[in-house]
Amino acid sequence: MKLLGAMMQIKRPRFYSDSNNSVPSEKSPPVSIPADISGEMLDLDEDDDLEVFSKGTSLTDGNSLNPSTQTSPASMINQYKFQEEEEDADAKDLFVTVDNPESHVTAIETYITYRVVTKTTRSEFDSSEFEVRRRYQDFLWLRGRLEEAHPTLIIHPLPEKFVMKGMVERFNEDFIENRRRALHRFLNRIAEHPIFSSGDDFKIFLTAAPGELISHKKQGAGFLSRMGETVRAVAASVRGVRNRPDEFTEMLEYSEAFSQKISALHKVTQRISKEQREYLEELKECGPTLALWSSCEEALAEPLRCMADSLDRCCQETEEQLKHINDELIPDLHEYVLCTDTLKAVLRRRDNIQADLEAKAEALASKKTERESIRDELEKLEDRQEWANNALRSDWTRWKKIMRTDLQSAFIDTADNNVKYYEKCLAIWESFLHSQRAEAEGNKNVDYS
Amino acid sequence: MERTMADSGSEDIAVIGNTDLTPSESQNNVRNTMFEKGTNLLKRMEISVAEAEKRTGKNAVNMQETYTVYLIETRPVDAVQEATSPVPDSLWRRYSEFELLRNYLLVTYPYVVVPPLPEKRAEFVWHKLSADNMDPDFVERRRVGLENFLLRVASHPALSNDKIFRSFLTEEKVWKETVFETGFQAKADSRIKALNATFRVKNPDKRFAEMKHYGDELQSVISQLLRVRARAADRLYGVYKVHGNYGRVFSEWSAIEKEMGDGLQSAGHHMDAYAASIDDILEEEEHYADQLKEYLFYADALRAVCRKHELTQYELETAAQDLCSKKQQQEELATGTVRTFSLKGMTSKLFGQETPEQREAKLKMLEAQIEEGEELVKERNVESGEFVKGAWADIERFKEQKDHDLREALINYAIMQISMCKKGIQVWNNAKECFSKM
Repeated sequence: MKLLGAMMQIKRPRFYSDSNNSVPSEKSPPVSIPADISGEMLDLDEDDDLEVFSKGTSLTDGNSLNPSTQTSPASMINQYKFQEEEEDADAKDLFVTVDNPESHVTAIETYITYRVVTKTTRSEFDSSEFEVRRRYQDFLWLRGRLEEAHPTLIIHPLPEKFVMKGMVERFNEDFIENRRRALHRFLNRIAEHPIFSSGDDFKIFLTAAPGELISHKKQGAGFLSRMGETVRAVAASVRGVRNRPDEFTEMLEYSEAFSQKISALHKVTQRISKEQREYLEELKECGPTLALWSSCEEALAEPLRCMADSLDRCCQETEEQLKHINDELIPDLHEYVLCTDTLKAVLRRRDNIQADLEAKAEALASKKTERESIRDELEKLEDRQEWANNALRSDWTRWKKIMRTDLQSAFIDTADNNVKYYEKCLAIWESFLHSQRAEAEGNKNVDYS
Repeated sequence: MERTMADSGSEDIAVIGNTDLTPSESQNNVRNTMFEKGTNLLKRMEISVAEAEKRTGKNAVNMQETYTVYLIETRPVDAVQEATSPVPDSLWRRYSEFELLRNYLLVTYPYVVVPPLPEKRAEFVWHKLSADNMDPDFVERRRVGLENFLLRVASHPALSNDKIFRSFLTEEKVWKETVFETGFQAKADSRIKALNATFRVKNPDKRFAEMKHYGDELQSVISQLLRVRARAADRLYGVYKVHGNYGRVFSEWSAIEKEMGDGLQSAGHHMDAYAASIDDILEEEEHYADQLKEYLFYADALRAVCRKHELTQYELETAAQDLCSKKQQQEELATGTVRTFSLKGMTSKLFGQETPEQREAKLKMLEAQIEEGEELVKERNVESGEFVKGAWADIERFKEQKDHDLREALINYAIMQISMCKKGIQVWNNAKECFSKM
């Protein structure tokens, strides 16, 4: 990081567009298919290759030439202070929540908006509290902008457009709640990131009135300049990178491996949820059967009723335990499945930057004329490369830390939840035993301690 | 609470797992055991089905077959108490011989709710459990079931004194002949025919009708319970086993991580342990299912007794009816009045009456028949009365036994669940610790 700072003092790169590394974020983020754990898993969509070059019109309305990208001096200094800010937990000066989903019906469509509440002490904000309503599209836009502006930084994923194949109802409660939770997480991750949270796009997202947001979205680079970048991007990705530094190859390998593991965990957890659901359905029949039996009996009627009651209560506990898995563990794992796509995309973009550089260097070597201008361009590309590599390096470390914390707490929560489940069931059965023994002794006040 | 005859002998009544007995409870158990021993064969003899073995041999159609034999061991109780522990007497029997014994008892003691045998084929299985009769788990559970059967018979006041039963326990070779010599099979055949026939009883004892209905309900509800349990067991098996995948993936994942590696790896081991634990859990649950199954089959035995009551009642009513009509005929013949319309009456009106000699002969015959009939009715009355008395006493005994046994089964189930919960708590607490070290 210190090196970066030093570099920044020597050279202030001229503003350049990064649109050749933009990512069309309109498509639903792809999910890779892991090694098969069980054939009964949900069929996840084929990996939509995250194309590096934009497909013109599919690019979300975003101004990739917005001066508020990371090339501004202020944000560079922010990056330099990256490490230090991270350690200081009390430095959190922006709090954001996503809640209160509401449905809106227009002539053309029905959609959901979420309330986004911001509380902050940051000076660049006009006020200390903001409340706006945003829809999923707006989140997509924000992420797209951040991606364009910071191609080699790791941005937290958004929830997918449609979670399950064949899920017809887009607006059922569970789906909306899951999405809300993920959007909340997303915004908080952005807010915690020193670079992302300092950008204009983020600020506007949090504060702008609907009209403002729309007009801001419409600002963007001219079509022609985007075309030029697209062509270069295609060329770059076709060429491929020649001398990738080992550290980035390692990152790539890690991303692959991690992707497999996290997808596997996700699938396993989904399978557990399915089995548990089916177990619960069977268990639900035990209570009523015992109750029916109890109606045929005399002396046995009471213990049978008691047992029926105990089983019903166990069913309730099982239902709750299952809820935790479905509402918390599975979405948490899923988010990291989506993360792996971001990782791969980021590494790919870094590679492309390097490929660009290599091509330029070749051009310099082979061309006889225009050497001056080529050399200038080469310098620019070198700077860009250096910048991108450093950005990625530090964000990688940051991401790994966060990943570790997130997954650790997800697993701890699950373990906790399971312990609680068993403890509650234990209590139910112990109380059943107690009641039966009290019956046997014919004296409910016998002390069994 | 009065204990039943079944749980005595070598079985420790307090077989309720790892839950502690209070002093008063264990004292109660001891008292009851002694009480039981005092009333039956088990006072003098210890009975067990100790082992099972595979045999091959030629069967009735001279084909090679493999079957299982069970070792029945008997030992005088006194010897055990004196701690001299001599070698027990023993003999081998196969399942079909047990069936033969039970059929004999059914026919010979129709008023008794005869203890059932363990199932012939594994039913209500969940997928992991083999339905194969040769499967060692099945054989083991059958061994326990057969022992239970013998103990129940041995603790029954009437059945335990039966000679054929005694020799079943002690005479290996000649026993089969002895059974057949009793001629019970002829009785069996006629009984079966009679029971399968539909007949209407005019004045059935209400209690038996209710009992029969109860038997139907019991059978239906236990079947349902066993079915549901089997399906639930199957699913629970799936839940636990899938957790084994966590173990594998955590282990693989730990290989690519630096700081997280150890925590993940050890958490993975606990997941493996969790997945493995379901086998024992479900094995134990199988015992609970077996207890239910015993009463499923008992329901059948109960219904059989009620059915037999109907038969005896029917036979009594038939005899009484016959007698009644004979008496009526006698009256008509004697007084010359025809009270009921009959073809004979008509023809005699049309074609003239019989000769005095013919009438005399007829009257004499009727008198003899009426005498016989009255004897028969008396007999049947006594029979029926005895049957009702005996059967009802045994049904009362059965009811108490059932209430006690099933209550205990429920308690055992709860204890099993508690054990399972404790294991779960331990595993997940361990896993949590490992996750904390991630």
